[in-house]
Amino acid sequence: MDVAIIGIGLHRFGRSPDMSGLQQGASAVRAALADAGLSWADMQFAYGGSQDGGNADALVNELGLTGLQFTNIWNGCATGGSSLHAAYSAIKSGEYDVGVVVGFDKHPRGAFNPQPKEWGLDQWYGETGLMLTTQFFALKTQRYMHDHDITEDALIRVSEKAFKNGSLTPTAWRQQALSYEQIANSAMISHPLRKYMFCSPAEGGAALIICNADKAHQYCSKPLFLKAAAVRTRHYGSFEVFAPSQAMEVADAPTVTASEAAFEQAGIGPEDVDVMQLQDTDSGTEIMHMAENGFCEHGEQEKLLREGATGINGRLPINTDGGCLANGEPVGASGLRQVYEVCVQLRGEGGARQVPNQPKVGYTHVYGAPGISGVNIITK
Amino acid sequence: MSQQIPIHDGLFTWPATKPQLLGSQCRQCAETTFPAQPDCRSCGARETNVIELGDRGILWTWTIQTFMPKEPYHSDETPETFRPYGVGYVEMPGGVRVEARLQANSPDQLKIGMLMQLDIIPFRTEANGNQKMTFSFSPVEES
Repeated sequence: MDVAIIGIGLHRFGRSPDMSGLQQGASAVRAALADAGLSWADMQFAYGGSQDGGNADALVNELGLTGLQFTNIWNGCATGGSSLHAAYSAIKSGEYDVGVVVGFDKHPRGAFNPQPKEWGLDQWYGETGLMLTTQFFALKTQRYMHDHDITEDALIRVSEKAFKNGSLTPTAWRQQALSYEQIANSAMISHPLRKYMFCSPAEGGAALIICNADKAHQYCSKPLFLKAAAVRTRHYGSFEVFAPSQAMEVADAPTVTASEAAFEQAGIGPEDVDVMQLQDTDSGTEIMHMAENGFCEHGEQEKLLREGATGINGRLPINTDGGCLANGEPVGASGLRQVYEVCVQLRGEGGARQVPNQPKVGYTHVYGAPGISGVNIITK
Repeated sequence: MSQQIPIHDGLFTWPATKPQLLGSQCRQCAETTFPAQPDCRSCGARETNVIELGDRGILWTWTIQTFMPKEPYHSDETPETFRPYGVGYVEMPGGVRVEARLQANSPDQLKIGMLMQLDIIPFRTEANGNQKMTFSFSPVEES
């Protein structure tokens, strides 16, 4: 049985000072229902998650106490991917025909401050200043650049593309393109990553209406199909965030295994993908994720970036809405924003940021602490 | 009288003339981890031995923390007195790469592959005058 996406909704990312996180989630659900031409009462199940915005199932207070099955999902930055995977499985099993996946968040300003005990670590690790996601991405990027001869030029070009794409995306938080020099001269935050190479925690909501594909045409003339949903955690030896030590032999990242599983489920390969969203909490991770997801060889990224291959008109259009860099990262919503954007592109509704030649296959990838990846493949 | 106390028990041998980091090694698969833990993360065996990891290692990767972290960071610095610090993974002869603060805090002082020396240093002073001690690495001067 196939799984269809028949409605997509977004509550604009950035700052919504007059709305709670939960209200932003409800706003995204209403938008997705309107897009599908359905009502909340039609929803048979819901999966949702948020880090700082409250329990997702409290959304029924906003949307209606209809008695539906509503399960809260919390899986770090991969929350959206995990919620979508749960919904995919619910439809695949035949138990339900139509339901909703939602993510939302509202973070305070500044870097995240995770608590060691919630991650199975002792307090000293946080007290002595070793438990920062920004630090980890800098440490991984530093080693990756050393191993694969990548220079700062590549880091700058990822950010340049992100903010350019953000300037073409009406729903993006950061709508101003930044020049190469502005990025190159911005403050060094965590060597080798500068200010404009990091995304910021933010606010927003995203929702999808998921349906049994056999029944999708009842609701929607042009459904999209969720061909694969895979979530994988870290293996022994993979280099991960919040790790006081690292094995001598480095194993593949969970992204590699999630990506391989998703391609196998969908029965296609990286060469078949027309538009992709790769987790870009900073410009270094986008570079590493290009190769970990199978879209290029390790070390090939700098050349691809210089050629513009990852731009909207390139052969590997990555993060067409500006990604996390231009949209910020409301953790619960971020992975579903990626799916929203890929659906916009496959429907041909991208406006100024539309990928040319009618893309048919889209790909999304999230990565989160403490080493979890979620990959989805969506087709026309 | 004020005392010097490790920030957490079991991370390093101290006081000692030549302090060592402590880790655990699996009796089944011989994989090593830091800090020491009773179970093996590699094979899941429940038999590990605490071992000394050494006091010198090779810098595997590094960065510099330029802004003062929010809590749970707990030093005795203020935003005004905060001093950027290095962070790196150091490859120890005991067979594991350990994440640590680095005393060097400028890019021109740090290079992947350089030899690093373990130091046990005061991290913060408590209200009662006691000093909490933590582990850190600094580059070994070429002679």
